[in-house]
Amino acid sequence: MKRIGLLIIPAVFFLFLSEPVSGVERFPPPDFESGYELPQTTYAPARRGVYEYIDVAVLLCALSLSSYLVLVKRDRRAIFVLTVFSLLYFGFWRKGCVCAIGATQNIVLAFFDNSYAVPFAVVLFFLLPLVFTLFFGRTFCAAVCPLGAIQDLVVLKPTAVPLWLESALRLLAYLYLGIAVLLAATGSAFIICRYDPFVSFFRLTGNLNILIAGGCLLVIGVFIGRPYCRFLCPYGVILRQLSRVSQWRVKITPDECINCRLCEDSCPFGAINKSTADWPRRDYNKSKTRLAILIILLPVLAVSGAFATAATSGWLSRAHPTVRLADRIYLEQSGNVKDTTDASLAFRGTGKPIDQLYAQAANIQDKTGFGSLVLGAFMGLLVGLKLIKHSVRRHRTDYEADRAGCLACGRCFQYCPREHVRLKKIKEAIQGNK
Amino acid sequence: MWITAGIIRRASSEEQVKMKEPKDIINRRRFLRGCIRGGFLAGLAGLTGGVTGRAKSQNTVWQIDPEICIACGNCATHCVLEESAVKCVHAYAMCGYCDLCTGYLMPEAKQLDTGAENELCPNGAIKRTFVEDPYYEYTIDESLCIGCGKCVKGCNAFGNGSLFLQVRHDRCLNCNECSIAAACPSGAFKRVDISEPYIPKKVGHA
Repeated sequence: MKRIGLLIIPAVFFLFLSEPVSGVERFPPPDFESGYELPQTTYAPARRGVYEYIDVAVLLCALSLSSYLVLVKRDRRAIFVLTVFSLLYFGFWRKGCVCAIGATQNIVLAFFDNSYAVPFAVVLFFLLPLVFTLFFGRTFCAAVCPLGAIQDLVVLKPTAVPLWLESALRLLAYLYLGIAVLLAATGSAFIICRYDPFVSFFRLTGNLNILIAGGCLLVIGVFIGRPYCRFLCPYGVILRQLSRVSQWRVKITPDECINCRLCEDSCPFGAINKSTADWPRRDYNKSKTRLAILIILLPVLAVSGAFATAATSGWLSRAHPTVRLADRIYLEQSGNVKDTTDASLAFRGTGKPIDQLYAQAANIQDKTGFGSLVLGAFMGLLVGLKLIKHSVRRHRTDYEADRAGCLACGRCFQYCPREHVRLKKIKEAIQGNK
Repeated sequence: MWITAGIIRRASSEEQVKMKEPKDIINRRRFLRGCIRGGFLAGLAGLTGGVTGRAKSQNTVWQIDPEICIACGNCATHCVLEESAVKCVHAYAMCGYCDLCTGYLMPEAKQLDTGAENELCPNGAIKRTFVEDPYYEYTIDESLCIGCGKCVKGCNAFGNGSLFLQVRHDRCLNCNECSIAAACPSGAFKRVDISEPYIPKKVGHA
């Protein structure tokens, strides 16, 4: 009965072959004589799909409530409570995943890759905040997004960021979105998820570097309101554009602006546009020349942007595991490296032809190269458009929340004396001065 | 060109006095905004239609294909959870119940017994129980298993391959991008339908 073969297995068997040899019947399962019964392998059931739809329902309710509180009720305290709820539910309870920001990548991947089926709940997570923003402004950012919520709670001593710096830093968000879309489209990686700075807090565990980065962002967030939302959030970039054309939007004053300037410094996110004085004639002429030059410069900026990113496309394409593997195999084949990696061993174990791997990698590199050209041109164009925007002056008679930048947090409401009149905390006395 | 028009445009004196625009009047800016909004909505609808045409109504979860897995050990270290969601699973029907189990014992084990110095598992998560001569049953204590795959590698190399790694869905957070999948050298991680969340190893004997 004793299988002698077992004992003459070479003692050096730690030099394992890495080929996935599975289901090899080296030792036939025994016929037990003692009436031993095979135990059943147990598998813990997966979280039921219905919970995903509960999340979507909660998202829908939170968005509706947030829009109502911001636009109709104008109640900062209630918005704050909803913010805390969102942080607890979407953040700490649902562990921050899947979120609308990350869902962008799933949509992009599904758009470019026919074989990838995106779950319907993820589509809704991406879509609902966008639709709400088109109608009510960025009420998602206000009190629903858990990443916004965790930063909103630490805004203690906000300082103003100069307009030029704010505008320049915001380019980072566009670049982040661009790279994330490019890498998702080529199926390389989901970098928004990988470098999500706050998800480690929600899970109370995670990558140390990300944890440190998230901690730094929170510390910065004490002094500069919501740094991730304003300067990094890729989804925020999309929301900004949609919010520009929203049907309704946050108004600082419930009825009319009396230019009292009380709300001027109330926004920790620098999203209040001041009313403008009349424009001196000579400034006007100078700006006109500047504008003309900038418009002519636009194509130049776009082309130079494309050139700049074309240089990085090789580096970007290495985000795809197939490209990295092909690189490695090439190095091993050409004898430049002597050792092997887990990945190269696993690939050789499959016995797939190396030429096929090279072809796949080249295909991904081509796609990434083209994508990075488009991205570069887009970034160049964006810089030009931003410069143009800053040389165009708009006449404004009221203090207004910036359509794109307003995060709808409602902090400015209480600064407006008209709001106090509306709430009947003070009488119409101010009105009398007019 | 409406950008330049933006500069030249000065609010009329009437507008400066009366700042609120009546709601029923459609001016140029409001009309443009409405058009763009309509465009965005149509675009979003189109995108959703295009994307969900292929979407599964069911959600998907991460799982390891045991036929591709090389038990490299990344599962133990790359999961976002401190204790990995990946655990070893034993397909008893495939097991040879060997006395000298290469998934249980160190390569140069002095004795074939349960001594800690002889055990391959760094956490002592495999229990060896005598069934009948010469067979031993090996059971995995999931609370101790860290998903390092050392036993899987040993079993695959010289045994029947009845030990394999699986993502346990009571632990897995189902991250949008799985950190282990990103670090998997063999591409064994894939998304599977939630209705069949495990890929059990096929019983080898025909």
